[in-house]
Amino acid sequence: MRHLLSAGDLDRDAALLILDTAAEMAALSDRSVKKLPTLRGRTVVNLFFEDSTRTRISFELAAKRLSADVINFAAKGSSVSKGESLKDTALTLEAMGADAVVIRHWDSGAPYRLAHADWIGGSVVNAGDGTHEHPTQALLDAYTMRRHLRDGTGALEGVRVGIVGDILHSRVARSNVLLLQTLGAEVTLVAPPTLLPIGIEQWPCDVSYDIDAVLPNVDAVMMLRVQAERMQDAYFPTAREYSRLYGLDGERMRLLPEHAIVMHPGPMNRGMEISAEVADSARAVMVEQVANGVSVRMAVLYLLLGGAKELGE
Amino acid sequence: MTAYVFRGVRPYGEAAVDIVVVDGVITELAAPGTGVGEVIEADGLIALPGFVDLHTHLREPGREDAETIESGSQAAALGGYTCVHAMANTDPVADTAGVVEQVWRIGREVGLVDVRPVGAVTVNLDGRALAEIGAMAGSAAAVTVFSDDGRCVHDALLMRRALEYVKAFGGVVAQHAQEPRLTENAQMNEGVLSGRLGMVGWPAVAEEAIIARDVLLAEHVDSRLHACHVSTAGSVEVIRWAKSRGVDVTAEVTPHHLILTEDLVETYDPVYKVNPPLRRTEDVLALRAALADGTIDALATDHAPHPHEHKDCEWGAAAMGMLGLQTAFSVVMETMVEPGLLDWRGVADRMSVQPARIGGVATQGQPIAVGSIANIVVIDPDAHWTVVPAALASKSSNTPYAERTFPGVVVHTMHAGRPTVIGGALA
Repeated sequence: MRHLLSAGDLDRDAALLILDTAAEMAALSDRSVKKLPTLRGRTVVNLFFEDSTRTRISFELAAKRLSADVINFAAKGSSVSKGESLKDTALTLEAMGADAVVIRHWDSGAPYRLAHADWIGGSVVNAGDGTHEHPTQALLDAYTMRRHLRDGTGALEGVRVGIVGDILHSRVARSNVLLLQTLGAEVTLVAPPTLLPIGIEQWPCDVSYDIDAVLPNVDAVMMLRVQAERMQDAYFPTAREYSRLYGLDGERMRLLPEHAIVMHPGPMNRGMEISAEVADSARAVMVEQVANGVSVRMAVLYLLLGGAKELGE
Repeated sequence: MTAYVFRGVRPYGEAAVDIVVVDGVITELAAPGTGVGEVIEADGLIALPGFVDLHTHLREPGREDAETIESGSQAAALGGYTCVHAMANTDPVADTAGVVEQVWRIGREVGLVDVRPVGAVTVNLDGRALAEIGAMAGSAAAVTVFSDDGRCVHDALLMRRALEYVKAFGGVVAQHAQEPRLTENAQMNEGVLSGRLGMVGWPAVAEEAIIARDVLLAEHVDSRLHACHVSTAGSVEVIRWAKSRGVDVTAEVTPHHLILTEDLVETYDPVYKVNPPLRRTEDVLALRAALADGTIDALATDHAPHPHEHKDCEWGAAAMGMLGLQTAFSVVMETMVEPGLLDWRGVADRMSVQPARIGGVATQGQPIAVGSIANIVVIDPDAHWTVVPAALASKSSNTPYAERTFPGVVVHTMHAGRPTVIGGALA
């Protein structure tokens, strides 16, 4: 594996290798010195065209724990017509000897373009592209589910996952559907019809407009961030109505089976898609998701940048 | 007196003759080997009336780095064209008599094809106020086709008025059918693939709804409508229905919508980014059938040159459009002639006769017959060629067919009695 662009690029063995490697990396963070020398002398660039402090910090920490040199390149711009082009930025990074580029971009497919347009030679990691994919988020979600469900045995076959919210604009949902299908889980997407893409009936998952019917039958429910501004494009009438029909509050949470967990990729809109009671409850694993994100990203960088060989030795 | 002889050529693929051209006019269809004049070898090749393009972006004035009237005329001649209609979305926009006369005059100076300017429907293509359509019609350029191409005349009242107003000049409104609210920031055909790729979709209904509205408006005010670059099976159905009602509507399809499908977007290579977007296989097949049965009247290239940096980037940042003039005939050859959907008279009709009629160009689209003005293309249907982007005459290289091998080669082109292309090269 040279790049990680889509969760759909991972077959079952590749996905499990990353998740198992992440577990080994997690053991490291329990030690007093949380660092491996594996990527010493390698350079990882965090190329963020979109603000995302939490994802950027997670990748930065992951790379540093592997002893890589990390450069944060905030190529922020409000419009594609302003500032330096992706190509020129890529050529610059290539000239500086970047071994891996972690890219967050507002345009769907930008990481794929970066990996295939012959601009750079290093590895490309998709840290979220437009409304397309966010594969490391799906990996950390799967990692979190493995630890919590099925007594921590790691088997996700047959696990039922509900993903609720703005599916249309969600790269998290797309990557999760692909990865969870590969791992044998059963996904149900829940949203108002306006926030589901055309053609969703052909996705490898179920779809429902009724959160109350879905919650009693899932092992994990993932609440997606919904921007209140969406109502200006008539996706829903008001934030209040959205919250009433699709938000997860304490009463709805009690529809979940006893063992079910509540997930959220963050940042949360408390009071919109999730109530404070739920967010602060014992079922909520959001803080753990963040910690797991570092382990998973360590595993991805480690495997992409040639650590696999050492791992096998 | 200047005399040329196309030696042993087969008009419309029929019996071989010598086409004799004297002072710009076909004077004789003589027995092979008997015509007198400067000989242009064409033994066994096929002669058709020179192609007429209803939809060309020549980019001059304003974006001469992408294309000029000269480079675009060269590409057109090499593609077998003897007339192109230059779209109005230049900078400045062709919304005044001054701009259309300038384009027309430079076209005449270059002299490789008839350059027929298209006038804007609304001032600056803004969709708010009618441009001076009468002044453009009455100018030396004698504009008859009006279009805001690139943008849709989406205001129903303004569209009605434009359709009414052009009746006074025998004009036609060529509509770029795209409902703007349904296509905000749209990147590709809306469907399963756009959902998976996370791209904002350009739904078929955004085209079909405008065409449906416009054919009803054209019927209501008894005017002429032309639908640009029809791209969906549903649009074909609407146009077929309108024609059956007797509405005076014509339609064009681009070569790329006859041969390419949306799955190419999976490469995220912006060379496939075009407006309207590439559609499904079902649409491609419906468009071919419609061009074959005449529901769609004409092929039109929508030749849209863009400088390299506007395509050598990520998808969302890229410009929409692709080159078309030099590959159009070969696409028709592969998608229409070889499968038996069009014979040579059919090709002549869809690529020359109908576009000349729609554009109101009496000097073009004339038959290969004694007395016709000598606008002639000679093609070799048995030869193949491979597209090399940098070798195209256009100043841009954004062809979606790089390295693709096509059937059908344009060998000679004659514009108004003067050879512009001989042996596949500019004369």
